[in-house]
Amino acid sequence: MAWLNDVIQGILLGGLYALFAAGLSLIFGVMRLVNLAHGDLSLLAAYAALLIVGPLDINPFLSIFLVVLLVAVFGYILQRGFLNFALEDDPMPTILATFGLSIVIQNLLLEVFSANSKGLDAGTIETQALKITDQISIGWFPLITLVTSVVVLFALQLYLNRTRMGRAFRATSDNQEAAQLMGIDNRHLYGLAMAIALGIVAIAGVFLGIRTTFNPSVGPARLIFAYEAVIIGGLGSVWGTLVGGMLLGVAQTIGAHLDPGWGVLAGHLLFLAVLVLRPRGLFAKQVQA
Amino acid sequence: MHAHPVEAAPAAGGPNASPGPRGGVRTSPLAEGLLEVEGVSTGYGSFRALFDVSLHVDEGEILAVIGANGAGKSTLLKTICGLLRTEDSTVRFDGRPIGTLPAHKRVGLGISLVPEGRLVFPSLTVHENLLVGGHSRRTGPWSVSKVRELFPLLDRLMDKQAAHLSGGEQQALAIGRGLMANPRLLLLDEVSLGLAPIVVTELYKAIPRIVAEGTTLIIVEQDIGQAVAVADRIVCLLEGRVVLQGRPDEVTREQISAAYFGI
Amino acid sequence: MSGRQLRVERQTRASRVGVPAAIIILAIAVSLPLWGSSNLMKTGVTFLTLVALAQMWNLLAGYAGLLSVGQQAFVGIGAYGVWALAEKGGVHPFVAVPIAGLIAAAFALPTAGLTFRLRGGYFAVGTWVVAEVFRLLVINIAWLGGGSGGSITSVGRIARDTREAAVYWLALGVAVGAVVLVYLILRSKGGLALASIRDDQTAAAGLGVNTVRSKLWVYVLSAFGCGTTGAVIYLNLLTVQPEGAFSLNWSALMIFTVVIGGVGTIEGPILGALIFFGLQQVLSDYGSWYLVLIGTIAATSAVFAKQGLWGILNRRWTLELFPVRRRVDLDSDADPPATEPDAQPTDRPKGSASAPSEDG
Repeated sequence: MAWLNDVIQGILLGGLYALFAAGLSLIFGVMRLVNLAHGDLSLLAAYAALLIVGPLDINPFLSIFLVVLLVAVFGYILQRGFLNFALEDDPMPTILATFGLSIVIQNLLLEVFSANSKGLDAGTIETQALKITDQISIGWFPLITLVTSVVVLFALQLYLNRTRMGRAFRATSDNQEAAQLMGIDNRHLYGLAMAIALGIVAIAGVFLGIRTTFNPSVGPARLIFAYEAVIIGGLGSVWGTLVGGMLLGVAQTIGAHLDPGWGVLAGHLLFLAVLVLRPRGLFAKQVQA
Repeated sequence: MHAHPVEAAPAAGGPNASPGPRGGVRTSPLAEGLLEVEGVSTGYGSFRALFDVSLHVDEGEILAVIGANGAGKSTLLKTICGLLRTEDSTVRFDGRPIGTLPAHKRVGLGISLVPEGRLVFPSLTVHENLLVGGHSRRTGPWSVSKVRELFPLLDRLMDKQAAHLSGGEQQALAIGRGLMANPRLLLLDEVSLGLAPIVVTELYKAIPRIVAEGTTLIIVEQDIGQAVAVADRIVCLLEGRVVLQGRPDEVTREQISAAYFGI
Repeated sequence: MSGRQLRVERQTRASRVGVPAAIIILAIAVSLPLWGSSNLMKTGVTFLTLVALAQMWNLLAGYAGLLSVGQQAFVGIGAYGVWALAEKGGVHPFVAVPIAGLIAAAFALPTAGLTFRLRGGYFAVGTWVVAEVFRLLVINIAWLGGGSGGSITSVGRIARDTREAAVYWLALGVAVGAVVLVYLILRSKGGLALASIRDDQTAAAGLGVNTVRSKLWVYVLSAFGCGTTGAVIYLNLLTVQPEGAFSLNWSALMIFTVVIGGVGTIEGPILGALIFFGLQQVLSDYGSWYLVLIGTIAATSAVFAKQGLWGILNRRWTLELFPVRRRVDLDSDADPPATEPDAQPTDRPKGSASAPSEDG
């Protein structure tokens, strides 16, 4: 029974990881950019929520709308004003640029907010749970996280499949030059992709801030979990990413159950095992460009 | 493949057809062609592919640009469609200098390129490829149903991923996708490359119908036969320079061969 | 044209001036423990190990195209290697330094087996994950001191003056060794293979260059260098602790240094180390603002000045202190064959020394 509980908690946690991962996957799909600052940017969103919640005296859930807007606008500007100039066949400039950005954000947050842990208080919902049996209970907040994640991923999928801009994203992902020949402004499109990616990861950042306390140094771990979810699930598959996040979450909760020090390690080992056994992930996209 | 009705071939090259979005009134007082290329010299990095190339295309005309591999044909098309940029005034479209305009903006003005190698979007369905072709939202005669009419072979493939299409089907899709932008000037790069002659013949049957809708065409080919047969005028490139220009009936086969091979 | 001869040479005017200058600087550096203060030696160790780490990352990224952000794995293994050998194995700490490097190199093999399945940015994060795995494993192994680490007490038994001088000389050794190693690799046949991989991997493979094996060699050598350097760093710090030894900051250090100085040159990382170190010292009273500043400079130069500061300087004045590129001279001054008539002016300018451009 305790194991079943682990699996359930892991799946719920996986929802959060998928939310972290979706943007990373989108950005790589559209412009072959691996954003090493992805986790730190989500943390930036958590701190932004912290700044908003206090003066406005609102629930962190409400702050999400404003934070998402702010971070998305920041993402657009970041892409068009900076990262677009780094995009080329050689991945070196984008990796170095986003790595630099990651270190800069970490240390800026450290200087501004200190190394002390902070948290977002969403009220009693954080601790309330649905009690299924004596050993299994499902927290309302983790459930809300998972549902949000599924809704966001579904909306993203719908956007990519059913809208004019969504098709433009996929066309650009297939062949950037041919997409330009269709009248698609790739610089704007890349800006939009980064805005969407960071908007999604901003939601994840605020949820993280409600779920646990955070400090400026936890960003890189978010990037790594997101990345592992993407690789486990397989590149280019939205639902694969969700399953990848869930598997990672389950591995971590079971690992932590065995020994509190093994949680994160178990997740990494699952990732390495997938890398050895199925390097292309469990649900890789079938048609490659 | 279905054959097209023969009577669909109209008289090409007349100053007829749809007057275009500018309502037929030229902004330039000079009798300029739809496209004017003047003294373009360009290339990639330190490699120069074109040397002082000038040409013009009139509205409603079919211009064939021929030349051997490496003669600069594709570079010329890239310069016209904006994948390569030059000085502003060296490329003019409808009297407007566009040499520095990026490719996606030129699509909005009515210049579409069907690229060499087709470059359809492999993970998108045929239908989605066509919809992406219409991304610029230019209005005009072409729509998904009109393209399906032009290339009936695409009709039953609409929900198939483009990756799974044959070469000829991909080429038909690439042309249809280009038409979806409702271009005033359509650039076709090496339509026949790698395709069986019978397939090429089928694809070329669409050209008169495209022109009938008021579209001007530049056709680039290595394979002289097909292009010369449909063209109103021929430009021959050799090592980045224009070496021969004229109407098909003005130039002899020997002249073309000489220009093609540089002998 | 029978009088012309092709001469392949690598020397430049700057390198001819540079060699004596380097000898003088080296003499000063070697003699530092004889006249310098204890503090100066400690500072020297920090700087020299930075040079060594930067050279190792440059070897990886600049020459083999392996963009690792996980080299802290090998710094940490080197640190724990020297600690375990000295404290648990009773090996003399100075002897343990190169052995720690070998241990790091041994761990590089399975790491490569995993991460080489990934490309570009995914390789970068993959190496980082592996470094995290090593950190977490160390935390979970009680024998290695767990989360709190341990002290290298056996070094403490050596007289302070001797110890400080020896650690300093070790640091000087790894720095000079790293530069010489990279220089020798690049001048060797393997160096040509690497250059061809960097310029065009597919073409290099087509010409029979075994790209995977070349990359693996570079990866293992770089791990050895990082491990040895990590061992020296922790002989200076005297306490090992997993959070510090496997910190991402080691990667930040290496990457920023190389990017600011200039990727793909031997001089760049040295110049970058001077800048990084200088900023670190100047801004030492302002917490981690120096990382904000250096990170900003590095990110900006990665996008807008890809050749780094050395590249900018080199473009203005052709300086090459470590000429590893071969230049082909059509040199008429080379001994003419006996049959050559004396019709040609003797004072022709030396063969145009147009070094092949480095853009790639």
